[in-house]
Amino acid sequence: MANVNLRDVRKVYNQTQVIHGVNVDIDDGEFVVLVGPSGCGKSTLLRMIAGLEEISDGQVHIGSTVVNEMSPKDRDIAMVFQSYALYPHMTVAQNMGFSLQLRGDAKPEIRAKVEKAAKILNLEALLERYPRQLSGGQRQRVAMGRAIVRNPQVFLFDEPLSNLDAKLRVTMRGEIKALHQRLGSTMIYVTHDQIEAMTMADKIVVMRDGFVEQVGSPLALYDRPANLFVAGFIGSPGMNFLSGRYAQGRVWIGDIALPVAGPPSSENEGRHVVYGIRPENLSMGGEAGQPLIVEVVEPTGAETHVVGQVAGQRVIGVFRERVTTRPGDVLRVEFDSRKVHLFDPQSEQRIN
Amino acid sequence: MSAIESRRATLVSVRPTSKLASRLKRIALHGAVLLLCVVWFTPVLSLFVTTFRSESDSSQTGWWHAFVEWRPVLSNYVEAMYLTGVGRSVVNSIVLTVPTVLGTVLFSAIGAFALARMRFRGRIALFLAMVGFQVLPPQLVLVPMLKFFLAVGLTGTFIPVWVIEMGLTVPFGIFLLYGFFSSIPSDLVEAARIDGASEPRIFFQIILPLSGAVLASLAILQFMIAWNHLLIPLIFLGSGSLSPLTVQVASLAQTNAGGLNTLTAATFISVIVPLVLIVSLQKYFVRGVLGGAVKG
Repeated sequence: MANVNLRDVRKVYNQTQVIHGVNVDIDDGEFVVLVGPSGCGKSTLLRMIAGLEEISDGQVHIGSTVVNEMSPKDRDIAMVFQSYALYPHMTVAQNMGFSLQLRGDAKPEIRAKVEKAAKILNLEALLERYPRQLSGGQRQRVAMGRAIVRNPQVFLFDEPLSNLDAKLRVTMRGEIKALHQRLGSTMIYVTHDQIEAMTMADKIVVMRDGFVEQVGSPLALYDRPANLFVAGFIGSPGMNFLSGRYAQGRVWIGDIALPVAGPPSSENEGRHVVYGIRPENLSMGGEAGQPLIVEVVEPTGAETHVVGQVAGQRVIGVFRERVTTRPGDVLRVEFDSRKVHLFDPQSEQRIN
Repeated sequence: MSAIESRRATLVSVRPTSKLASRLKRIALHGAVLLLCVVWFTPVLSLFVTTFRSESDSSQTGWWHAFVEWRPVLSNYVEAMYLTGVGRSVVNSIVLTVPTVLGTVLFSAIGAFALARMRFRGRIALFLAMVGFQVLPPQLVLVPMLKFFLAVGLTGTFIPVWVIEMGLTVPFGIFLLYGFFSSIPSDLVEAARIDGASEPRIFFQIILPLSGAVLASLAILQFMIAWNHLLIPLIFLGSGSLSPLTVQVASLAQTNAGGLNTLTAATFISVIVPLVLIVSLQKYFVRGVLGGAVKG
């Protein structure tokens, strides 16, 4: 086990910079998720930690060692690929034992380690099968088994659940999390799925276009996103953004005034702002609520999503109670003034 | 009549004609295949039958008479094998062909692996050169090669034939295997690299075992080429004791030593080896050649 530290890490492909000076500290035993839209550089960053991509500039530390010039096998890491990357011509046991065999371990020792890992992952009955004889979920577990047997300092996961169906994904998510708790190893996990990130991570690193947008615990990111991008990326359905003007502790959206809790901010006075509020922070109001013209009603069973317009701007609300309105109706909703996020429209940074 | 009934009625009326059409199509297809088989098989059959007929029978009646009066003799084979040196040339052909095939497969695989899986300067130029070499006619290299091997004193040995046969097929082999190796997911290679495998180990333990079919098809192809080559062994080995079957049969045909039936026996010996090989291994051959194209 070990900590991983990235110091001003950069990646340049043919004069195009794709990773722009990333600094991230990952503690020993932490489960860190790199998340972002496709093309944000998260997989590239992971591959740089693995040693599959050269590091153009900066340093990657694993434990106390700078590993920039080390080959992947010397970094004491294990990686689980999206495609599983199981060797098709080897049985499950051979797949899992391959790295140990290369390391020169004795045969009985390999067998013992493989069986131990197989037991953890419920693969004991499948050890003599070939990958083509396994289901997607089983292959995924073999890929994890191959990583476990090595007992590496750091586990790397590159979108490992993307090829599974929705239900299996939820199951495997739980299994990976349980595995982390059991092994206590450092794990770095790449995904584009913010739900995966929220549910699994101790710490989330949100990336966009090769920059780190924010680092923090899932709830910290959810409750206090540092900028518009993180605010919109984390959470489903996404945060509502309304553009308005700040005046005396309120934000004016057209002729509707939405209060912001806390003392009025003098520096924001008169300023154009983006008013952000999460859909679940809207509630059914009495006559005091703001008018929301309903466009779409989506009952999910547990809750109801209502899409509509407030002062001509699109808003989505999530309500625990059953909503029986129809498109075209006007609903009175209250905006929770304590849960408001204000952003600067130019810099996109948080200002409250 | 309801809508359903009328639809059923049209279905019934349509079915017999479409069935007839598909049956006619099948008959035409089978007919064409049968015709091709007859055209291809008749000469082989006549050759085969003639090898068991005596010289006097052959001079009096056509080969199909063998089916009327079947008086097989083995003297043609005995004569061909022991008297005309065909037996020795079978051994020569094998000694020429087997190392050529093994070398071609090995060097093509190594070259294709480097081009498909390693990143180095001039990789693309080298690959394009390999593609270009395929259009060079073999005759172009023969004179310079002969001069070279004369200078180093290796003519009259198998070495120049091995080298040239390999050299002529390896560019194509690299081209064939490059496509296949490139289609092997890079995740597999990277997983092996993380598992601690060196490049040679990745080549021998991951890439080669996954490429069985395509390697087999290259081997079969090169076997056929090398087995059937006449010009190259003739130039470098002459028609002496080292000459392979092709050269031996050709010289038999020219000198007419041993008679026509001995010649047919010798010819049949030279045909049967590649024939058995391709028929028994054609499954791999088709799979290997189509491998890169059909797989997603």
